[in-house]
Amino acid sequence: MNDRQLFESYQRGLKRERKIVLTWQLTILIAFFTIWEAASRLYWIDPLLFSSPSKVIHLLAVRIGNGSLITHLQITLFETIIGFIIGTIGGVIIATALWSSARFAKVMDPYLVVFNAMPKVALGPILIVALGPGYLSIIAMGFIISVIVTTLVVFSAFNEVDPNYEKVLRSFGATRWQCFREAIFPAAMPAMISTLKVNVGLSWVGVIVGEYLVSKQGLGYLIIYGFQVFDFTLVMASLVIIAILAAIMYKLVEKLERWLIKNRNI
Amino acid sequence: MSFLDLDHVSHHYFSKNSYTKALNNISMSVKEGEFIALLGPSGCGKSTLLSIMAGIIPNTEGRVLLQGKEIGDSEMGIGYMLQQDYLFPWKTIIDNVLLGPKINQTTSDELKERAVKLLEEVGLKDVSEKYPNELSGGMRQRAALVRTLINDPKILLLDEPFSALDYQTKLKLEDLVSDLLKTYHKTAILVTHDIGEAIAMSDRIFMMDSNPGTIAKTYNVPLELRNEIPFLSRRHPKYQILFDKIWDELEAKEAGKKVVELPNE
Repeated sequence: MNDRQLFESYQRGLKRERKIVLTWQLTILIAFFTIWEAASRLYWIDPLLFSSPSKVIHLLAVRIGNGSLITHLQITLFETIIGFIIGTIGGVIIATALWSSARFAKVMDPYLVVFNAMPKVALGPILIVALGPGYLSIIAMGFIISVIVTTLVVFSAFNEVDPNYEKVLRSFGATRWQCFREAIFPAAMPAMISTLKVNVGLSWVGVIVGEYLVSKQGLGYLIIYGFQVFDFTLVMASLVIIAILAAIMYKLVEKLERWLIKNRNI
Repeated sequence: MSFLDLDHVSHHYFSKNSYTKALNNISMSVKEGEFIALLGPSGCGKSTLLSIMAGIIPNTEGRVLLQGKEIGDSEMGIGYMLQQDYLFPWKTIIDNVLLGPKINQTTSDELKERAVKLLEEVGLKDVSEKYPNELSGGMRQRAALVRTLINDPKILLLDEPFSALDYQTKLKLEDLVSDLLKTYHKTAILVTHDIGEAIAMSDRIFMMDSNPGTIAKTYNVPLELRNEIPFLSRRHPKYQILFDKIWDELEAKEAGKKVVELPNE
């Protein structure tokens, strides 16, 4: 075989591998829904509790058709995205403040530890009392659950930047703020991007729990409502929607990550 | 008054339960255009001394004067080169080179032209828009050299800038740096643990002793060697003589003995 043929057979190998993986992924998906459907129809599981894919799809079709799903979806998505964005940006800002003063960081240390260790959802009732039983509390929940982790991860990333970059800048007479802008912040970029991915998941947790507690609208509300009126098809349908939305958001963040890293050329 | 003066400089590193004296009572004066090598084993405080000269670490005792002014007060004028290039990987070569002017807010088109010209002078053509990871180690270190020179520093502080390079690249870069410094009549201080490099490049060698760091001995490099480029200087008969002398001295130090003081030529 010549070089070209070797390369082509390598490419064919890659393609085949990709096909095998995809086939298995689809098999698992189809098997899951088939077994669920079958188990429900044959009464292996209680169809009242666990519903079935056909009922879920039917419900989704009806709800999308009459527009009663889209509002809930929009509200939850809006709250999640806002919570995610201000949680991430807030975390970076707090980390910057901590970096700017070593004394401030030392003073804040025990509070950060306590706040990080604390189950944030336990603050739900306080938030509702403080911010009212509306979307503000829910966004606050999405925010609060991601902001501390972001702060800690980004702050430690700031501290791990090779001090020699700062040395180079200091030899040019750079101020501390210039060092931050030119070296610390861009060098910590990969860490910041990786917190984005974590925060996607966390803000979903915050928002759904928030909706459990207070709201009259949203996917979290649909889950709780379905549970209370014993409409488990509604619960399952909401879960499916959430899974799809969260996955899309995660993929978008991944795209953003790749774009950012490509433009930094690292 | 000389160009750079160190007046009884000492430095301590403090930790919670102890302190170390990194440098003890170091005095030296460097003339303008002179090339000084600080030679010594690792941990003798030579890099600390260089950072103090750069004003990056404030010394705990003594004074450092650049042209009669305290180092902190004399703005600019110092170029600092490290063991690795420390080019910023997210900046293009030209942005890296123009980092100093950016910090000092003196960026201009003229300076940019000068940067491109300097890059060409060190053998880096058409790399302005490239990123550091697209360049070889030697090229990166040359770009770092240009970054240091673009600010037109009065004094260059070189912290083992050739130690991370392969031997061939190192020899070539030595010649380049030496040539550039002579052309622009720059004062330079080179920190190294490489005896050969110290002899080939410098006019005077300060040998340092550790725990605490002090200047143990000063060697004047013979004029014949100073006037040669480093590569040829390494082949000069007098090179080997001085090399052996310094080598013996270092060996003796390691053995903890004191050799009979020979008159310095």
